[in-house]
Amino acid sequence: MELLQLMDSAVRLATPLLLAALAGLYSERSGIFDIGLEGKMLMGAFVAGAFSAVAGMPVADGGWGWTHGMAWFGLFMAIIVSVMLSLIHGFASITLRGNQLISGVAINFFAAGTTVLVGQEWFHSGGMTPTLKDNQRFEPITLPFADAVKDVPVLGPIYSDLISGHNIIVYIALAAVPVTWWILFRTRFGLRLRAVGENPAAVDTAGISVIKQRYAAVIIAGVLCGVAGAYLSLGTSAAGFVKDMSAGKGFIALAALIFAKWQPRGVLMAALLFGFLEAIGNKYQSVDLGLFVIPVQFMQALPYILTVVILAGFIGKAVPPAAGGEPYVKER
Amino acid sequence: MTVETQNRGRSETAAPVAPAIELIGVSKSFGPVQANKDISMTVARGAIHGIVGENGAGKSTLMSILYGFYKADAGVIKINGIETEITDSHAAIAAGIGMVHQHFMLVEPFTVLENVIMGAEDGPLLRPSLAKARKVLTQLAKEYELEVDPDAIVGDLSVGFQQRVEILKALYREADILILDEPTGVLTPAEADHLFRILENLKAQGKTIVLITHKLREIMAVTDTVSVMRRGEMTATVKTADTSPSELADLMVGRHVLLEVDKQPANPGEVFLEVKNLSAIDHQGVEKLKNISFNLRAGEILGVAGVAGNGQSDLLEILGGISPATNGEVLVKGDPIDLSRKASAAHRRDRGIGHVPEDRHQRGLVMAFQTWENTPFGYHNRPQFRKPMGLANQKAMLDDAKAKIEKFDIRPTSPFLPASSYSGGNQQKIVIAREIDANPDILLVGQPTRGVDIGAIEFIHKQIIGLRDAGKAVLLVSVELDEILALSDRIIVMFDGTIQGERRPDETNEQELGMLMAGMNPEEAQ
Repeated sequence: MELLQLMDSAVRLATPLLLAALAGLYSERSGIFDIGLEGKMLMGAFVAGAFSAVAGMPVADGGWGWTHGMAWFGLFMAIIVSVMLSLIHGFASITLRGNQLISGVAINFFAAGTTVLVGQEWFHSGGMTPTLKDNQRFEPITLPFADAVKDVPVLGPIYSDLISGHNIIVYIALAAVPVTWWILFRTRFGLRLRAVGENPAAVDTAGISVIKQRYAAVIIAGVLCGVAGAYLSLGTSAAGFVKDMSAGKGFIALAALIFAKWQPRGVLMAALLFGFLEAIGNKYQSVDLGLFVIPVQFMQALPYILTVVILAGFIGKAVPPAAGGEPYVKER
Repeated sequence: MTVETQNRGRSETAAPVAPAIELIGVSKSFGPVQANKDISMTVARGAIHGIVGENGAGKSTLMSILYGFYKADAGVIKINGIETEITDSHAAIAAGIGMVHQHFMLVEPFTVLENVIMGAEDGPLLRPSLAKARKVLTQLAKEYELEVDPDAIVGDLSVGFQQRVEILKALYREADILILDEPTGVLTPAEADHLFRILENLKAQGKTIVLITHKLREIMAVTDTVSVMRRGEMTATVKTADTSPSELADLMVGRHVLLEVDKQPANPGEVFLEVKNLSAIDHQGVEKLKNISFNLRAGEILGVAGVAGNGQSDLLEILGGISPATNGEVLVKGDPIDLSRKASAAHRRDRGIGHVPEDRHQRGLVMAFQTWENTPFGYHNRPQFRKPMGLANQKAMLDDAKAKIEKFDIRPTSPFLPASSYSGGNQQKIVIAREIDANPDILLVGQPTRGVDIGAIEFIHKQIIGLRDAGKAVLLVSVELDEILALSDRIIVMFDGTIQGERRPDETNEQELGMLMAGMNPEEAQ
């Protein structure tokens, strides 16, 4: 039962990582390194939280007085804004052939500053949005028969507690994994996307636009980051936007992506692993081993420690897309 | 000259069918550099048409215009008699033009099938396209001797097979006109022969082939007509049967060049370099050199032939002090040299070993440095370039650079230009000048004329022979068999990290060396 709770918690915590890592997958498979996942997610979280809050606020309080659809509106706006940031990254790194790391870092700083500044200006509560009511958020969905099968041994709790009872974004994220695999490996679009990240000159000489292909990838990354961000403010117990709420998840997602060797299924596994570690850190505040006590800080640092270990190359050879990080310059 | 040969070419192709390619007055400039000047050319349908010219003569630019990589500033392109605007590669493919690039345009982690269909898919889903491509490939393989495993990962294939994939890509797109840019640079002689058979098959099926190369022997062997380019202009178009390699060479360079290297018989003296049981394993655990032994004497040039990647580079790097050996011994004039990790190129230079590295961009020069900064490299700690307090004697370096520029005919003659602004030949002359002028006992030379134009090749060859005649020992590593045969006094052939055989140049030929390079033993084969 305890394990089930941990796993349930792991799935929730893995969701934003999964979405962001898939965003990175599209972008990096096309040859555009995206260190700005973090910033886009943070911006998405703020925009989703802010618009859902304003839309649901009574007209008397300066809101729009909506009674439903606030969460979806917040998600929509989060995607729009995240895609706009993606396009800035794309413009800098694809069109202007700038340094992708610098552009990504700039987006992170921009997001960190803007969310707090605008949040303070709009809501006057230290960069936070007002606490969102249930109807302004994505609520848990109880899958059919969840209650009926609850008492079936073993499978019952797995279905009703672990599989059922998440909000829609969790299911979207999970579904995005096979969909991404299918797109990448079974469609023309995916073939070209992978090719453009390996050898853009080959794509160009095959008569396909490298630039369009890369922009498409970057836009998809923006959409997924927007969803990830919206999940943070509208799909978790935070119930609103809190300053710096992405808390390095964008970077952990990058680590998960490397860990996954840029494969969709690997991304799912890596995101679940990180989610699981975070769940352990949250659940067991400190572990008493008799001889000494593992402090709470260590438990909470587990996902970050693993990130460092992974990025330091302890997972064997992870070969990134050959043309990753390099702007395409036509030359002969 | 131009007008006359153009007219000759035209009268011959004045058949009822329109020529496959007709270029009229094509020009292209990059900034102040005019890469193509008013070029007119006709390629008859069903012909193999060669284009020769030195590096920088504008061949590649012209073909890039034809393939839509660049847009011409002026001029008309007619394909099969129809004026065609080739705005990008897509338009070129639509016009029936396929190109096999010098550096293959393949996605290495993809399978052959995926590479072939990319850009020519039939719909948004891959499965039907892959199935169709599989069928077409089987058919093409039969028709043109283009067998390749459709499910192989391209990165795992040898260059010869990768090139077949490139040709298949073009044929899958139903190209009628196939442009090949320096197709044999990376092939073994046997692979090159196979390629020429493929080209003959394609020609027999009515395809038109444009072959860009700097190897005159190939031009003579397979083409029907040949165009010569020099400094962005088309200087002549002639029937291959009516010309000769030396006439083509003169047309390319614009003056008379000696194709045959003029050298006296060697006069070998004492053993300068003795390599005994040398083995090397790289950091990935791959055995690069397997128990190699040979001698190099004063006053001789020992040529090391082989397909790139069979241990020649590792041999050069170990002897040059760049990478360590795992086993064995190397004696310079009887004294062992350090083969451990502690060895360095500086130690080697102190022992009288000069090194012209294979890759001048990576190892030979700092491209952003000016000539006077590049010429003392490796010797910059010598007393003549030093001043007290660890300072550099810049004046001495500058004077030295000026002397080398003069002596080695480096152009342009300013010592203040960055290495990147020179042509390949002059860059190589800077490296050669530095190493030869230091008067080494032993000179290691890797690919001395790779990417170097004919005029400079002649000069560099003369310098190497001059060094030999001065009683020095030269170890020459080259993938160009012509060069090995022309310069060497003895030839060793490397295959898979071993010495496959030793020959004397006057007692062997390209076929025999080619078999050795492919790991076969000619004696056993007979």
